[in-house]
Amino acid sequence: MNWISNLIDNWLNFMSVGENVAFAILAVLIISSSVLMINFTKVVHMVVSLAVVFLSLAGMYVLLEAEFVAFVQVLIYAGAISILMIFGIMMTRHDEQEQPKQPVFQALLLSGSVALFGIIFYAIQSTAFTPSTGFEQGADNTKAIGELLYTQHVIPFELISVLLTVAFIGAIVLAKREEE
Amino acid sequence: MDNILPSYLILGAILFCIGLYGALSKRSAIVVLISIELMLNACNLNFIAFSKYGPVPSLTGQIFSLFNITVAAAEVAVGVAILIALFKNKGTSNVEEMDSMRY
Repeated sequence: MNWISNLIDNWLNFMSVGENVAFAILAVLIISSSVLMINFTKVVHMVVSLAVVFLSLAGMYVLLEAEFVAFVQVLIYAGAISILMIFGIMMTRHDEQEQPKQPVFQALLLSGSVALFGIIFYAIQSTAFTPSTGFEQGADNTKAIGELLYTQHVIPFELISVLLTVAFIGAIVLAKREEE
Repeated sequence: MDNILPSYLILGAILFCIGLYGALSKRSAIVVLISIELMLNACNLNFIAFSKYGPVPSLTGQIFSLFNITVAAAEVAVGVAILIALFKNKGTSNVEEMDSMRY
């Protein structure tokens, strides 16, 4: 019985910090809605629960003091990508029910994923992370990111704009060619 | 509990494994794309967790995750375009029937 009280003590200790409570709530939200996403049979329901995952991840980023990335997450992922997925669903025909593949394959896949998680879990637990030496984010996270983007990381920034243009043109060409 | 970094990393690992399972086990192409998004999000979470709690905390992790989000958006745009073109040509969105380049 000792380890149970130990566990409860640990848990109460963890929950005594406000940040950890927010982390726990968001983590439960993320994991449960992503598992739901895998289990839903209708594709639109999957996209809705994916949007919940994206929004909770944005909350997680706020918790990690990355406010700008949280805003980008809400705009790009929860806004643009979810809507794009819904467009993709509407323009293609989907079977009402997802028939599963062979059960043997499914079981193999499930055990493989769980084994991969076990390996990562073991690796994380056996690594001694040095606690952060503290760094001042500054009051204005967005300004700091903007300054870094236009000084230190300006070449990848320009390259990413080229990539976006190429993807944009490519998407238009791919989707439009068949109409002629 | 003075170091919360492993909790974030484990959450990222869970998200990644769920995404991997979904990407390999589902038949509908759009669900495969969605699962790949889940995996990309897991690695974004790791970047940002390391940018705050890692051994060398800095803003570079956040900038890298911004690049990652951009690449993911481009990937989804091209993916959905390919999906729609394939659907117009073959009338299916099942990944198991998309095997015309296999033989």
